[in-house]
Amino acid sequence: MGEMDTLKKEADGLKTQIEAARKAVNDTTMAAVASGVAAAPRVQLKNRKTLKGHLAKIYGLHWSADNRHMVSASQDGKLLIWDTYTGNKVYAVPLKSSWVMSCSMAPSGNLVASGGLDNMCTIVNIKAASPKTLRELDAHEGYLSHSRFLSDTEILTASGDTTCCLWDLETGKQKVIYKSHVGDCMCLAVSPDQNSFISGACDSSAKLWDVRDGGCKQTFIGHTSDINAIAFFPSGTAVITGSDDCTLKMYDLRADQEVNGYQDAALNAGVTSVSLSSSGRLIFAGYDNFNCNIWDSLKAEKVGVLSGHDNRVSCIGVPDDGLGICTGSWDSFLKIWN
Amino acid sequence: MSSKMQSSNNIAHARRTVQQLRIEASIERIKVSKASADLMHYCGEHAKYDPLLMGIPASENPFKDKKPCTIL
Repeated sequence: MGEMDTLKKEADGLKTQIEAARKAVNDTTMAAVASGVAAAPRVQLKNRKTLKGHLAKIYGLHWSADNRHMVSASQDGKLLIWDTYTGNKVYAVPLKSSWVMSCSMAPSGNLVASGGLDNMCTIVNIKAASPKTLRELDAHEGYLSHSRFLSDTEILTASGDTTCCLWDLETGKQKVIYKSHVGDCMCLAVSPDQNSFISGACDSSAKLWDVRDGGCKQTFIGHTSDINAIAFFPSGTAVITGSDDCTLKMYDLRADQEVNGYQDAALNAGVTSVSLSSSGRLIFAGYDNFNCNIWDSLKAEKVGVLSGHDNRVSCIGVPDDGLGICTGSWDSFLKIWN
Repeated sequence: MSSKMQSSNNIAHARRTVQQLRIEASIERIKVSKASADLMHYCGEHAKYDPLLMGIPASENPFKDKKPCTIL
């Protein structure tokens, strides 16, 4: 038997072993465990603000850690930084490439990052006298789909080249490369303790990584199409994924498997974005069908809907204080609800 | 790329795949019943501090437009 055949046999054996180990701890369903919990109240949120200013599809949004400012990115070639309490635009950052797919803000509020089909992650200092490009992180071999700052000196990126990367912003160089996905990486989320992060990809899997040593610790399967959105449950012990297969799933990290699924036979639109309320009880998911559905994370029931956009909801976010939810859409508007 | 290089790339990829699966096969797993109970407990403990779940009084809502009041 050649080496390839031996390796294939060993790989198949290990996959069977993993499946058996997961089955061995699968002693109940979350639906059964949560049957005794009181239903979440019917959630009726009102559109409190509509932020107007972008001239084309919005592809990304990210709240500041100050719970008040927010950055949004549009294919009109701009990043806008908003004061969401007043609805005013505080800064406008023109982009070299208008094919932007994501944006993020550093916890300090000093820096914003953006990137897309230019394969680069551009870091801008918005607190300088006029917004100033600090770094152009240029090593990915595919589009930049997502980014999240760990601090003013480190940022994580996810790329269509199937890798994720940790960059040193002081040198502009790659510090750690995370290789294991076999499809474009579409999204990432950082754990509350910042020691790990999860990525979702077009290979239909989500992977948990150690930030520092670059190792993939766990792989979560079950989706049947691209994973477009991913978020940590606030305890850090579970993750929620949203996919083009029109479903969301909750994977528990310690049980190493799917523990809940959120789907509706009537829904045949892909999930584009996901965010959770501060207790983790509510999951907000943006879909291709212009709506955002609100799910009870424990009972897997739909408990509300946010409608008002005239095109796909492409991005969504809840600030750290949990006081509201913002949706961003291809209709060029951002809406804040609570 | 020569076919020899290609086949050695395939073998290298297969070796990495096996290595990764070995790591994933070796982790400790807890029961789904315990995992679910812990997640439920977390939601329960934090529910009363979750503004989107509990509702926000108008006076504490930073996004609500404040209308001018007239004192009659």
